[in-house]
Amino acid sequence: MHKLLRYGLQVFYYTLFMAVVWYFSIKPPYHQLEADQAVVTLSFTHATKLREPCRRLSQEELMKLPPNMRLSMDCKRERSPLNLELYLDDKLLTKVVLQPSGFHKDQGVSMFKSIKVKAGNHKLRIWLNDDVKVEGATYKHEQTVNIKPEQLVLIDFNAGSGGFFIN
Amino acid sequence: MNPIKYAYLKAESWFNVAFGSELNPLYNMGRLAFFFFWVVLISGLYLFIFFDTSLSGAYASVEAITYEQKYFGGVMRSLHRYASDAAVITIVLHMFREYALGRYNGVRWFSWISGVPTLWIVITLGITGYWLVWDELGLYVAMLSSKLIDALPLIPGSMERNFVGTQVSDRFFTLMAFLHFMGQPLFLVFALWIHIKRLSFVKVYAPKGLAIGSLVAMLALSLAAPAVSHKAADASQVTAVLNIDWFYLNVYPLMDYFTAGQTWVITLSLTFFLMIMPWLPPKKRGPAAEVHLDHCNGCEQCAEDCPFDAITVQARTDGAKFENEVKVNPDLCASCGICVGSCPSSNPFRQKKELLVTGIDMPNRPINDIRDQVDDAIAKLKGDNKIIVMGCENALDFTSLEAPNLHVVSLFCIGMMPATLVEYALAHGADGVFITGCRTGDCFFRYGNVWMDERFDGRRQPILRKRADRSRIKVFRAAETDGKQLHKELGEFENHINSLKTKDTADQQEPANA
Repeated sequence: MHKLLRYGLQVFYYTLFMAVVWYFSIKPPYHQLEADQAVVTLSFTHATKLREPCRRLSQEELMKLPPNMRLSMDCKRERSPLNLELYLDDKLLTKVVLQPSGFHKDQGVSMFKSIKVKAGNHKLRIWLNDDVKVEGATYKHEQTVNIKPEQLVLIDFNAGSGGFFIN
Repeated sequence: MNPIKYAYLKAESWFNVAFGSELNPLYNMGRLAFFFFWVVLISGLYLFIFFDTSLSGAYASVEAITYEQKYFGGVMRSLHRYASDAAVITIVLHMFREYALGRYNGVRWFSWISGVPTLWIVITLGITGYWLVWDELGLYVAMLSSKLIDALPLIPGSMERNFVGTQVSDRFFTLMAFLHFMGQPLFLVFALWIHIKRLSFVKVYAPKGLAIGSLVAMLALSLAAPAVSHKAADASQVTAVLNIDWFYLNVYPLMDYFTAGQTWVITLSLTFFLMIMPWLPPKKRGPAAEVHLDHCNGCEQCAEDCPFDAITVQARTDGAKFENEVKVNPDLCASCGICVGSCPSSNPFRQKKELLVTGIDMPNRPINDIRDQVDDAIAKLKGDNKIIVMGCENALDFTSLEAPNLHVVSLFCIGMMPATLVEYALAHGADGVFITGCRTGDCFFRYGNVWMDERFDGRRQPILRKRADRSRIKVFRAAETDGKQLHKELGEFENHINSLKTKDTADQQEPANA
């Protein structure tokens, strides 16, 4: 084959290779969201209430214990599961039941969940129960939010600061 | 023939037309991957000089490299990205080639399964690279990677939480930078070392012409379409459309359809499947080469020639006057028989009247049987142009070539053929010897056809002596797709032998007439 034709073919193959490299390095574009969508994210950690109430030990029971272990309160380690419901304009968006972490279920609950929603004015309502001894919600929050396209609406929770925060 | 193999061999022959066998990129995928790693390393070192490893400064520093250094910084960044992408393509094609051509099982299992994690290390290296730019894509990569890590029972809590609301800490970002600059590259080097450890004569440098061509092509691409960032990462935003690098980030969109746990199952299942491929089904291996110490003088040529590092040299154990002997490791032996062609004792002119025993032999096709086959064939062949075809059975099917004037001697590899066997056939009545083996630059057993060429050229022992009439020897390299060409070449060779005969007869008659 003529030398020039061989070089021409080589240029063609190199171009083809680089075209593949370039194309798949950025295309086809990945649509994470529709143009009019946003994301509501629940992100928090929380130590739920103990499953059983602590019990005060009697004097007799305390005396049976070694002197260095005489704590007046006997508390079981296991914590309550966390129940959460999130409503968008009174429609259930998500319902979550999370068990406490740890072998003895005595650690906090870690929550992270993202949900795609339509942008616009929405009423967000959250309901949380962190104590099996209580019927119904232990924390509630309701807020109207103007959600813009591509916005990340963060729902945080801090029991010490009063409950839910929507940013 | 397997259609995948057929298609691949066809593609290789098209590339041979353009590049020739020396520079055919399809023969050099592994070497090209190494070359792209070098480009990534050098461009990466340059970028590292200007890169700010803090969370607040990373994006700005990448933008400064891209836009404020005129062409150089931007080109280096683009080279870094495009060479990384090209490395993934070449690794995947390298794996595909080994699979398509049946070079992934049997004794090659180790290279195959050590190559799979290498690919994953490269992928994770690319992932941390995209993370470090800390643009919208970097944030996406960080969040989705965290989601995957959260799905593993490794750390309590949620790593993903680090990337919303409160920004990720500088310390964590620096850890990522350390992983990308030091940790993962070290793992990669180690994995590559393991990958090539069982082979000898490993070429890790791309042929010069191919390296130059690839570099020029990447430079052209870098200038025509420079790599750029998305907008700076903003934890209060979720970018709707991302231009993701599908070579590295293809696993993340899967999480739109599957949970992180399911994505792990898919990825790990694929990895597991790739890892067990050499045993699906297991390849039937021939027996390993056997050393016959009575006929071995410890010259070490077989150890030198073995492409699979299966032969070692050790001190003599049989009390013979020679210093060394060789030992075959059956686990590494590919049963290619190249060592038989290397052994000077395989010379068929030896022990003519008795059993030919060589220093190292294949128990399932001993050199004595091959010599007997040549002897029988020459005795039985009919016609004026008796031709012996010596062929590598891994190159192509040549059983259909059998004819009254032609006999095929099938070998495991053309490197198994002692060069003296060709001379022997010609000296004992064959009019011509037609040799066919794998295509140049592409031996099934890596170096069989190269060693044969070197033996014929007198550059590797044992050589084909000068007295062997080269005009009666033809070498034709072929693959399974080259059947038609093989028949054509053989026909031409037969005509050539005929013309030599006619000339010889004329030369003999001329003095008589005079």
